[in-house]
Amino acid sequence: MSEQPRWRKDFPITWGADNYTTRREFTKFLIMISGATFVGNGYFVLQKFQQRNETFTAQEVAALDEIPVGGVKLFRYPTENDPALLIRLKEDEFVAYKQRCTHLSCPVHFAAARGRLECPCHNGAFDAATGAVLEGPPPRPLPKITLRIADGKIYAEGVQGS
Amino acid sequence: METVFIIDPARCIGCQACVQACAECGTHRGTSMIHLEYIDRAHTVQTTPQVCMHCIDPTCAQVCPADAIKQTPDGVVQTSLKPRCIGCQNCVLACPFGVPKYVNEFDQMMKCDMCYDRTSVGKRPMCATVCPSEALYYGPKEEWQARRRGNLVNQWQFGKQTVETKVYMVMPEPTPRIDIRLTDIVTLRRKEETDERAAPVA
Repeated sequence: MSEQPRWRKDFPITWGADNYTTRREFTKFLIMISGATFVGNGYFVLQKFQQRNETFTAQEVAALDEIPVGGVKLFRYPTENDPALLIRLKEDEFVAYKQRCTHLSCPVHFAAARGRLECPCHNGAFDAATGAVLEGPPPRPLPKITLRIADGKIYAEGVQGS
Repeated sequence: METVFIIDPARCIGCQACVQACAECGTHRGTSMIHLEYIDRAHTVQTTPQVCMHCIDPTCAQVCPADAIKQTPDGVVQTSLKPRCIGCQNCVLACPFGVPKYVNEFDQMMKCDMCYDRTSVGKRPMCATVCPSEALYYGPKEEWQARRRGNLVNQWQFGKQTVETKVYMVMPEPTPRIDIRLTDIVTLRRKEETDERAAPVA
């Protein structure tokens, strides 16, 4: 190739030179990308610390004598799009959880014999008494729905750890 | 063994097979990149195919203001990059062989890229596969020399510009360089035209 002017270095004709990346360019790219990732992560950290001021309205779920011990009632709380389940563990012990597995949102089922909530999709299991993860892939415990018992009826009042 | 592209204009029979085959290519279907030229239609039926000569120092790329024409490591000059080509036609005017075509439909310059999708994986270009008279040859240089006559030339002189090309042209006599005196051609044309005008009508 003939004698090239200096500006040609920035606009080379050959494929090789056109695709060539200098160490400086690569470093610049690397720093920009990691910087963007850092800033992006900051957004999620901020979101975590932000006060959640969700308000829940109380909702009647069931009557006290409606479910037997070891029985389950499905309901929706706090909205129509949030399936939840109410379990009667003992004569006077009721718990309620959101039904979506924290792994990939499959519905969990109550296995009374083992006292666990089990997800059939990937064999995740939660403790029926606390909602804690016992085994499998779920990263977080099941969000627990706080209950209040009054006048022989059970009311859902809020969601913890959603 | 060196794989070369060789044009032998004397063997061209003007069958247009290369033109059709070129348009068959998947990368630019329907638009042929090859030029099939009549040498002097009033006096002869001789035609010649013109593919891109793939200059070692491509003039089209040198004049491109948009940095759109690139040359591969194996010396193939690519068609313009679609995101960069601005359709200014500088290359069309600058190419000494008249190869680049400005395609209005795509607002882009398109030219022969020696079927890079094929030749880069060891296949022959579309035109060379179909040419029935081997006016377009693509293959080992030694094979060509073993069975064909003629002399391969890839040095050109256009006025003051010396051009070396990747593609060879066949000349009957050993020639170090094909010298195209553009000014002579123009002067000759002018003289012919004046003569024709001066000649009495029969």
